[in-house]
Amino acid sequence: MNVAALRRTPLYEQHEELGAKLVPFAGWEMPVLYEGIKEEHSAVRTHAGMFDVSHMGEVEVEGPGALAFLQLVLSNDVSRIGVGGAQYSCLCNESGGVIDDLFAYRLGTDRFLIVTNASNHETDLQWLGRWSRDHDVAVRDAADRYAMLAVQGPHARAIVAETLKIELPERFHVLAQHVGRRPALICGTGYTGEDGVEILLDPEVAIPIFKELRLAGVVPCGLGARDTLRLEVCYPLHGHELTPERSPIEADLGWCCKEATGFLGSPAISRARAEGTAERLVAFEIEGAGIPRDGNPVLGDEGVHVGVVTSGTFAPSLEKGAGMAYVRSDLAEPGTEVEIDVRGKHRPARIASKPLYPLTTDKITTNKTRS
Amino acid sequence: MAEANYPDDLRYHDQHDWVRLDGDDAALFGITWFAQDTLGEVVFFEPPEVGTTVTKDQPYAEVESVKAVSDVIAPMSGEVTEVNDALSDSPEQINEDPYGEGWMIKVKLASPEEHESLLTAAEYQKLLDR
Repeated sequence: MNVAALRRTPLYEQHEELGAKLVPFAGWEMPVLYEGIKEEHSAVRTHAGMFDVSHMGEVEVEGPGALAFLQLVLSNDVSRIGVGGAQYSCLCNESGGVIDDLFAYRLGTDRFLIVTNASNHETDLQWLGRWSRDHDVAVRDAADRYAMLAVQGPHARAIVAETLKIELPERFHVLAQHVGRRPALICGTGYTGEDGVEILLDPEVAIPIFKELRLAGVVPCGLGARDTLRLEVCYPLHGHELTPERSPIEADLGWCCKEATGFLGSPAISRARAEGTAERLVAFEIEGAGIPRDGNPVLGDEGVHVGVVTSGTFAPSLEKGAGMAYVRSDLAEPGTEVEIDVRGKHRPARIASKPLYPLTTDKITTNKTRS
Repeated sequence: MAEANYPDDLRYHDQHDWVRLDGDDAALFGITWFAQDTLGEVVFFEPPEVGTTVTKDQPYAEVESVKAVSDVIAPMSGEVTEVNDALSDSPEQINEDPYGEGWMIKVKLASPEEHESLLTAAEYQKLLDR
């Protein structure tokens, strides 16, 4: 894709003004960093950082058949979220592969908002449109109506509440408020492992709100830090850990699949759950030198190929190379020793428990114990 | 070092490496201000072993930032006689002092005349401006 075809978020000029390094991402021109990935990463772990995630898509699902429709297309039990609730789900194809992973927010009895990954937004819309025909429901692309700002870190909630003078929702809830005198949705969610909120706001007020939060000490952070932060807490990224060819079971997302609801793909997922899968998604840390990268082979005894790295990086909070990989299921236990083939050099690594970095907040996987 | 800087007493390779001659047949190699700035914060550098042969225009090491990995190209040919071991523990020196503490290897040159083919600071900066 040439640069001219890249889309820009409402905050683009702000990023340029701050001297951000802009890169193409999922068809958008996005800031990968402003000052440096390590500093931005650390700001989120210790204070508060904000990410322009306006490239993410929004889909509004509304009508008397909204709940029944979402039960069909989403893997989680949507009936369990009340009005004002939020829930993580997979959007699965009929083979049980993951088309996208997303949060669904219940704005009313018959009204939901889904937040999609930028790279999958169009695919999701088509898929949702196709399956909505038999339901009394309207599926609307709402992506242009919202800018999205993720404010994350131990001090994020306090700064947002005080600076914007708004009420905040609990974790995994959503609250309608006014931001910049325009209607906005405040979501108690995030992708960093730290406490914080995601603000869906009117694109016209995105720049002044960004500036206000920056003046209040919130550090602008790019997609580079977003990736290292989510990787340390082992949140999957679609296109890396999640693909239409792999089931949520092998990605360790069985907790957000409620086959009893009969959602699309549930028979295949039921089978995968009962029979086990050939490979499983694991976290690993490099023992010693080396930084793993996406696509690096994972090697077992005598250099046998046993898997592949789906995301690899230098993990700033762990101060070592780490990542996630699909490996043969018999090697998925934490403590198992493997090697990562990093451009021809075999780096010793150890399968580790997830998350790699301790979460300071409630996390998406605690839904396991709740339901 | 925040500002672009290309010392006049060094020679440069178009793949963003510098050479500082040390006597007639030895030299220090490193990467330029532009290279470290493009890469971002360096988090990993593993030098080659002493005794390894490096060849002009060929990679001899890799330097990594959080998100990217880049080959380091040998600006001249020779044998590695010394490596900057301090970079293993503090690779950020490559960003902070690319022409000083951030030096990478010392080489006994196989063909000192290769030095003539390298760019001057002015020529290298012209290349960057293009």
